[in-house]
Amino acid sequence: MDVTTPMVEFDRVQKSYDGESLVVKDLNLAMPKGEFLTMLGPSGSGKTTCLMMLAGFETATNGEIRLAGKEINHIPPHKRGIGMVFQNYALFPHMTVAENLSFPLEVRGMDRGTRETKIKRALDMVQMGKFASRRPAQLSGGQQQRIALARALVFEPDLVLMDEPLGALDKQLREHMQFEIKHLHESLGITVVYVTHDQSEALTMSDRVAVFNDGKIQQLAPPEDLYERPDNSFVAQFIGENNKLSGKIEALDGETATVRLHSGELIGATAVNIGGAGSETLVSIRPERVEFRHDRIQEGWHTLDAEVLEFIYMGDLFRTRLRVAGHDDFVMKCRNIQGQERLSPGQRVKIGWHPADARALDPV
Amino acid sequence: MADMTATSPGAAPQGLQTADGRPLKAALAASQARAKRRAFYLVAPLLAFVLLTFVLPIGQLLSRSVSDPRFIENVDRSSGEVTPIMVELRDWFKANPPGTEPDEAAYQALAQGLAQLAELRGQGDVGTRINYEAPGTRSLFTKTARRADDLEAPFKEAILDVDEDWADPVLWQAMRDASSRYTINFYLAALDMTRDVDGNIVNVPEDRQVYLLLFKRTAILSVLITVTTLVLGFPVAYLLATLPLRYSNLLMILVLLPFWTSLLVRTTSWMVLLQSQGVVNDLLVWAGIIGDDGRIQMIYNQMGTVIAMTHILLPFTVLPLYSVMRPIKPSYVRAARSLGATSWTAFRRVYLPQTVPGIGAGALLVFILAVGYYITPALVGGSSGQLISNLIAFHMQNSLNWSLAAALASLLLAGVLVLYWLYDRLVGIDNLKLG
Repeated sequence: MDVTTPMVEFDRVQKSYDGESLVVKDLNLAMPKGEFLTMLGPSGSGKTTCLMMLAGFETATNGEIRLAGKEINHIPPHKRGIGMVFQNYALFPHMTVAENLSFPLEVRGMDRGTRETKIKRALDMVQMGKFASRRPAQLSGGQQQRIALARALVFEPDLVLMDEPLGALDKQLREHMQFEIKHLHESLGITVVYVTHDQSEALTMSDRVAVFNDGKIQQLAPPEDLYERPDNSFVAQFIGENNKLSGKIEALDGETATVRLHSGELIGATAVNIGGAGSETLVSIRPERVEFRHDRIQEGWHTLDAEVLEFIYMGDLFRTRLRVAGHDDFVMKCRNIQGQERLSPGQRVKIGWHPADARALDPV
Repeated sequence: MADMTATSPGAAPQGLQTADGRPLKAALAASQARAKRRAFYLVAPLLAFVLLTFVLPIGQLLSRSVSDPRFIENVDRSSGEVTPIMVELRDWFKANPPGTEPDEAAYQALAQGLAQLAELRGQGDVGTRINYEAPGTRSLFTKTARRADDLEAPFKEAILDVDEDWADPVLWQAMRDASSRYTINFYLAALDMTRDVDGNIVNVPEDRQVYLLLFKRTAILSVLITVTTLVLGFPVAYLLATLPLRYSNLLMILVLLPFWTSLLVRTTSWMVLLQSQGVVNDLLVWAGIIGDDGRIQMIYNQMGTVIAMTHILLPFTVLPLYSVMRPIKPSYVRAARSLGATSWTAFRRVYLPQTVPGIGAGALLVFILAVGYYITPALVGGSSGQLISNLIAFHMQNSLNWSLAAALASLLLAGVLVLYWLYDRLVGIDNLKLG
């Protein structure tokens, strides 16, 4: 395998369970070696099915899946050599931690000495060296998670699949484990396909994120692009919080669109995924890019009148809900910095944003 | 159990105390007493029921198996009055060691006993009792007791004059054994053993050994039935646990169907199927697999017993297995497969070990049921397919030797308890999962 061959390739893959509808529609994806790719999407979007096809537990109805350049559609799961971490860890309850880790080595016919060395190294890697003789039921959720990780890595696969591995953990532990998995990925140089429905997890960990909806990849991009330059309304809404203003395209000039909001105001926006003049659009603006203080609104920014409906103190942030251009759910987030002004319901303010932060997308 | 309010005086003084200075344990007990009392009242009817219908009969069974006092006391059928009998003879037995030739004193004591029996009309019961241990002697008692009033000294000659069989040492040994209230003779009989004329325990002649053979056959057939139900039930339970709900519900109904049909109907339908002119044989002949003169005897022998009982006991394996398999997530086998195991290895090393509690529970249940099964072997077993329970029933209903029946049943019970203990040692009773 030369450097340019992708580690994982989906080529026009389709999947149907019932012969009537497609769960995965025409999936094309190529992953270079060493990448951390996250499949993100709501439940039923086809992301887990893709993972299961890659692992070999589901067969593709059409198309080819290639691993390091070789087609693997008809290779049974145990011959693919892919490590996998399952949603509820799937640690074998009747085996100790060491036996769990020993299992993949035993079926590969390794001798006892090699096995013990590898088990010890894998357990030390996840800082669980002292727990080798415990049973899974005697471990906490976080510890089980580490063992599941160690078990998927102990036979040194090049590719590791993770199916919502942190879903059962509480928030703090989850964030901690996110960094640990990320560090393991970097230090071992493995390729990881990670499935989650938690967008902050996807943004934190991934090199690239594939946003799934309705059996299709809506956008495949690094986290930064995904958040700041969503391709369509689904991605904009699914990743982070997002304000939508609906309107019609008045004029289109290359990258810049002029949009007439349904309430009558005229604003400029970056054209992303829209039809020509006269077509419907949704203008998307991130809540933290909205400003209301006169001294911060700069020349060339768009301004709109707004009425404060609700003010929520969130600690590090102030979350203010506004009525803007006929929409009641316009949200503005301000950092809780020294001297930040707190708005009260009923107050009228002028809000504004940089034209580049308003993106005109397809209407949903 | 009902009243938990009493403060135990032996409570440790250094124990924790409540805010107002009472021992914490007492306060806890007091606060829970009401709930515990109420719970007790709820289970009280069941407790009484179990005591009455389970514990008492088993206690009776156990005591009956070591005691049949019909030789030492007479119970009047109408009044229920208990009269001690054979008092003089019992004294003579006490005074003389086993194996002593009965002398004039012994015969005199016997004559006195028989005279008393004639008065009480108890010679039949006594004769039956001695007949268990010395077969063919019942008529001696009835015949001699009728003439008890005519007996005169010397009693030995007088009695031997009535019937010479009175001199048989086996009979005297039997009377000696029956003259003590408690005896292990019924257990000896149940194990094909007896006492010789000197009171030593010996095996009965081989041609009269019955019970050991039946115990052995019962054990072997029960193991066979258990293994067959496991082999047949495991795939069914697996299907039940893994099929989508709508199919598995249908399958579950099919599994439970036998429970809803009368046992008798199911057993007789096996007769229709398996007899030599039955459906299965007809099909085999029709298909040319066997000739018309080579029809297979599939019923009224051990094969019939095994087939019918496997069918009847199958749900008892399937249900515990199903309840154990249901929560086993498919991700375990998937994990094993992704770790490099073939599907067979994944099954053997990951799936199968997790079903052991169900296998254990199902096997234990079926084995225990099979060991004591009565009606099916009675109907389809013929003579070679009879089990020990059929013999127990025989002694309960026909020979009326209840003590022997009780001894056989107690041995069966002991065997099952030993099995239970073994299971606990090997698998752990906490792992038993019945549903």
